[in-house]
Amino acid sequence: MTERVATTPGLFPLPDPAKQRLSDLKGHQKGDLISGNESDEIVAVYDEYRTQVITEQVEAGLDRISEGQLRWDDMLAHPLTVHENVETGGIVRYYDNNNFYRDPQVTGELTFSGDVASELDAAAAALAEADSDASLQATLPGPYSLFDLATDEYYGDEESFLDAVSEFLAAEVEAFPAHETLYLLEPSLVENAPGDGLDARASEAIDTVAAATDADVVVQTYFGALSEKVYAHLMDADIEAIGFDIVAGDREQTLYNINEYGTKTAAGLGISNGLNTLVESPETLAERVSWVQNKLPAQEFDRLYLSTNTEPFYLPVNKHLEKLAAVAAAAEIELEEVTA
Amino acid sequence: MSRPAENREQFRPENHENEHFLLTTVVGSYPKPKWLNRADDLAEDAESKFTHEHLHEAHDDACRVITAEHERAGLDTVVDGEMRRNEMVEFFAHRIDGYEFNGPVKVWGHNYFDKPSVSDTVEYDEPWLVDEFEFTRDVASKPVKVPITGPYTLANWSFNEAYETEEELAYELADLVNIEIEKLVEAGAKYIQIDEPALATTPDDHAIVGECLDRIVAGIDEDIRIGLHVCYGDYSRIYPEINDFPIDEFDVELCNGNYEQIDVFTEPEFGPDLALGVVDAHTAEVEPVEEIKKNILQGLKVVPPEKLTISPDCGLKLLPREIAYGKMENMVKAAREVEKELDAGEIDLETPVPLAD
Repeated sequence: MTERVATTPGLFPLPDPAKQRLSDLKGHQKGDLISGNESDEIVAVYDEYRTQVITEQVEAGLDRISEGQLRWDDMLAHPLTVHENVETGGIVRYYDNNNFYRDPQVTGELTFSGDVASELDAAAAALAEADSDASLQATLPGPYSLFDLATDEYYGDEESFLDAVSEFLAAEVEAFPAHETLYLLEPSLVENAPGDGLDARASEAIDTVAAATDADVVVQTYFGALSEKVYAHLMDADIEAIGFDIVAGDREQTLYNINEYGTKTAAGLGISNGLNTLVESPETLAERVSWVQNKLPAQEFDRLYLSTNTEPFYLPVNKHLEKLAAVAAAAEIELEEVTA
Repeated sequence: MSRPAENREQFRPENHENEHFLLTTVVGSYPKPKWLNRADDLAEDAESKFTHEHLHEAHDDACRVITAEHERAGLDTVVDGEMRRNEMVEFFAHRIDGYEFNGPVKVWGHNYFDKPSVSDTVEYDEPWLVDEFEFTRDVASKPVKVPITGPYTLANWSFNEAYETEEELAYELADLVNIEIEKLVEAGAKYIQIDEPALATTPDDHAIVGECLDRIVAGIDEDIRIGLHVCYGDYSRIYPEINDFPIDEFDVELCNGNYEQIDVFTEPEFGPDLALGVVDAHTAEVEPVEEIKKNILQGLKVVPPEKLTISPDCGLKLLPREIAYGKMENMVKAAREVEKELDAGEIDLETPVPLAD
């Protein structure tokens, strides 16, 4: 019997009233974005909306609850853009989207920050207040994606920089409060895949981060399928699950990878489209899960994490909430028994 | 295939002082007068006595002022500064059946965009721009250019819930743009610019944009000048493919990058006319005439003078208004001076830009 866990990669759209309030408090320009030492007033607004999005996830029926990462103005680059030894450069494009983040230029040693840990402390407290059996899930950029999104002006070569990023993330994870699951988001493994040599190191970098927690680690990949070689290396990482984009057009490549190289006994399935407002019904989402299982007759899963394929901040708030509820409902639908 | 671009001569002013004619124009958007922003706010305020009719009148006034400002700067073709438009996709999405709005989404930081969803088949309902064009035509003494957001960008910057592929949606929208252009032409429009900034972010889709343009110009008389504006991207990814587009003019942003990309267009030979950005739309200093003249010479590396149009890099709407005006004014002065020097044979068309020492 496969356990199905309804969850989310995190990085939520800001609730609409928060968009206006925070924009008024912070401003619109590059220099006005989150710095890690924001005023008490701004902190209070984020606290309020963090509690709101946690409540919304509980009400939607998710099994894992995300902090929401509402403060992450620079999306996955956030852990670096708030770091004291990182300067924020110009606004640069975020993957192939019409979204932009501040280029984090690493100009000194990536020392311990604790920024994400303090968010999770607040989330753990808010979740404890909520009447829920659901447990806390942490989200971080995977080390390769964070490395890929940043500019190195200190470490000098790719290998040392990737190592430094992974050790930085590992130290951040060690400071986290208790969490059931850690999602490492690795879209760069798809969008800007590591070449020879770096592909193996990207997988070792994930090991470094994963070793820092007792939680189940899911490495979520999206914006398409992994290349065969990157996938083969990723399978070497000591993690609970690899997460796959089941919405993107090249999902046959994903099936090919899994059929050729196997996968972990758990997997993440990005079944709801985080880039489109069309809300899939729970039945449609459940059919996508069955479709994957039917296409992988030799693969048995202990657990499947169900979520949107990408971070959902691309969506308007109303559609995002509907999608969370649909994913949660999809996890409850009886699937037709799959026979090997 | 490019369309024959001889249709530029119709924009030469009767009293043009030089034999050479570098057509001067703008990309479209322009800073709104401050009072118009206040009027917009008032119209949204339920407690205010300011009605939507009042706002319409305010828009008319703003169009009149900005069109006159463009004429005062000496431009050969003018735009109303897009005073009635809030944003380049939203404006059209509100006018096309099949679109709906669900709320703002993030672009970066605390900058949001009311990204619409195509939730049903897109259909043409009422004209989008004909009223706007007729008003500007009536207040202008110069020919009026009409910028329209292109179908590829309208598709790419929306959520697509209704069509199998974004490509299919783009083609449907292209057919609607074609209908709109027919109506604009009936109303007397001679110069249309299709804005496709989304092509810069997904350059591999150039064939889709080409097919969209084929649909857009279907049945449109060759006397109508059709331009295409694409900005802030790597032009080598779409050149020379754009030579096959059915356009009279390709409008580029190159001043911002200090013409580092200009050589992209020199080989193979440039097909359509070149509309060259010669002032930066994102620096708040007015470039001196001498500097703009040097920028114009960059264009002569790509096309002969009779195929060169002079324009800012992009819409000027984010600049302070006096800076935007200063840029247009100096741009026109520079164009007229270069024309004079061309008349006098003072510019070497073989090597228009002096080589570095």
